Amino acid sequence: MDRLPKWADIVLVPFLSLVLAAAVSAVVILAIGQDPWEALTVMVEGSLMSAYGWGYTLYYTTSFIFTGLAVTVAFHAGLFNIGGEGQAQMGGLGVALCCLFIPWPHWSLALLGAALGGAAFGAAWIAIPAWLQAKRGSHIVITTIMFNYIASSLLIYMLVDVLRPKGEQDPATARFPSVTNLPKLNELPGLDLLFTQEVRANVTLFIALAAAVAVWALLWRTRLGYAIRAFGKSQPAAKYAGIDATRITMIALLLSGALAGLMAVNNVMGEAEKLVGNSASGAGFIGIAVALMGRNHPIGVVLAALLFGFLFQGGAELGLWTKIPIEMRIVVQGLVILFTGALDMMVRMMLTRIFGLFRNPARAQGAA
Amino acid sequence: MDYNTLLQILDTAVRFATPLLFACLAGLYSERSGVFDIGLEGKMLIAAMCAGAVAALSGSAWLGLLAGIGGALVFALIHGVTSITFRGNQLISGVALNFLASGLTVLVAQRLFQQGGRTPPISGEARFNPITLPFAEEARQIPLIGPFYAEVISGHAILVYLAFASVALTWWALYRTRFGLRLRAVGENPAAVDTAGISVTRLRFTALLITGVLCGLAGAYMATALQAGFGKEMTAGRGYIALAALIFAKWRPIAAMWACLLFGFFQALALRPDVVEWMVRVKVPVPFLDALPYMLTVFVLAGFVGKAIPPRAGGEPYVKER
Repeated sequence: MDRLPKWADIVLVPFLSLVLAAAVSAVVILAIGQDPWEALTVMVEGSLMSAYGWGYTLYYTTSFIFTGLAVTVAFHAGLFNIGGEGQAQMGGLGVALCCLFIPWPHWSLALLGAALGGAAFGAAWIAIPAWLQAKRGSHIVITTIMFNYIASSLLIYMLVDVLRPKGEQDPATARFPSVTNLPKLNELPGLDLLFTQEVRANVTLFIALAAAVAVWALLWRTRLGYAIRAFGKSQPAAKYAGIDATRITMIALLLSGALAGLMAVNNVMGEAEKLVGNSASGAGFIGIAVALMGRNHPIGVVLAALLFGFLFQGGAELGLWTKIPIEMRIVVQGLVILFTGALDMMVRMMLTRIFGLFRNPARAQGAA
Repeated sequence: MDYNTLLQILDTAVRFATPLLFACLAGLYSERSGVFDIGLEGKMLIAAMCAGAVAALSGSAWLGLLAGIGGALVFALIHGVTSITFRGNQLISGVALNFLASGLTVLVAQRLFQQGGRTPPISGEARFNPITLPFAEEARQIPLIGPFYAEVISGHAILVYLAFASVALTWWALYRTRFGLRLRAVGENPAAVDTAGISVTRLRFTALLITGVLCGLAGAYMATALQAGFGKEMTAGRGYIALAALIFAKWRPIAAMWACLLFGFFQALALRPDVVEWMVRVKVPVPFLDALPYMLTVFVLAGFVGKAIPPRAGGEPYVKER
């Protein structure tokens, strides 16, 4: 098979996958008797046409950058961390414990502490699957799926039996002290001119962007990053080059878990301001779609996270204003994963054929 | 705890084990052929919705069952096209299909019935009702075994008996037929099977179709026998428990049955925390029981209690040498 030009690989393949996913989504909307054009208009109106809508979109984007980066780091080591959801939930527990039990003098210190707590809990939650992968060869995909369910059970237990304040009915922790409340984007100097009313997106957005830069620097500008990528490309070659397989597996996965855990700063500390059940609400899984769509590059991840932020906020608007259920966004998410992840080869084959036509019409005809 | 309570729990365990068993055997065919399938959950869910919807509309549980199998087959075929034809990542394809099922089921059910993504409650002929086995009432007089027969063995929907029959059938197909030998071989060493002149693609597609049928049975059982109609996300992770059971059973049919019964027993126990407390003399949190199947599976995966070795070619698309 002919190789695609690099720009086509980076830009055209994800774009075409997205177009295919959008086309199938439109068919689905038609099939349930609704108007795809109207749906798109409602989504764009609700998520991109007002500062308020952008506040929601960016709030979701922040979460998805973290989980997308988590999947990305593991992918580069040739590992598929499907447990972002569980790690983000445990990260939420870490963040909640930090916020509830440490008397912080200022929100900025609380943010730092909670970020460390969330990352540590997220990393701790992948530590056992990581060790089992590195030492015993247990498949990381299966163990992290199992740990997602164990996490949600553990969290129900913690919220119902341990952290729930006396006399409360809902399984949730007490509200965090107000000193730990993070400033929303409309409370920041400069940005308050753009966001004139209270929005959901908060300062965590900048941590997410910083994390994207840090992941880029780590993977492409450090010795460790090189070792991770080499290990992911070819384990035997990496071993031959003296790269310690156990060490790289552990480091890559712990980093991945830490990034997923960091997400909790956004939703638990920045938004809910208490820990509730199912706090990650699927963002861990969306990380998979974001990483695939973003071609496992931090820039791509940020852009894909923005796209999914739009999809998520737009999907919520669909549920509010049209007869299309909010679950439409899960369908779109599934389609994006299907086309960008699983049917990658199909898209490439289509493109290669088209490119072949342009390059050498005679040969392409002969091949067909 | 008296004998009657135990029988009640065992009865519930059998009912809970049935969808796990169908899904677990479904996974067994797919994974034995060398195709990872973490999309069992999604196939069950789409089957549950199709079965619940068609049963509600037609009033026939059997038509519902056919629709459920049809729905799961479509998803199995998509998985086949992505992972066999286009050699895509099997895990990612499974994840994608799970999301598709999760969203599509609600969309379609909402479109058909406008009840918030549920199907209307079904009853009578639209459900698979319990059947009483012969002599169940008469046998009650026999101490110990009699009540066990009447309570636990008898009085289930026909699909329950079909699930256990499928275990025997799967064992026979896997170890006593030519198809079974080829199926096991293609999951270990597809190149060898190919060299013998047998089509790897065809074998794997056949396996995936069987997976689809069994997932269809699992989903239909959920919507038209265990419960009365489809509800949003009603499979609630059972596809993953089935996957866990499959690993726990080390990809063997008879062991799969015991694993599913054990996990079904845990699910039944989770409904009776009082009994658990009586059994172990300390208060056991219900979430712990919910998490038990997953924890046991991690233990087995870790290789501390006999190593679980998956089919060797699992997860790798087969590329024919040219």
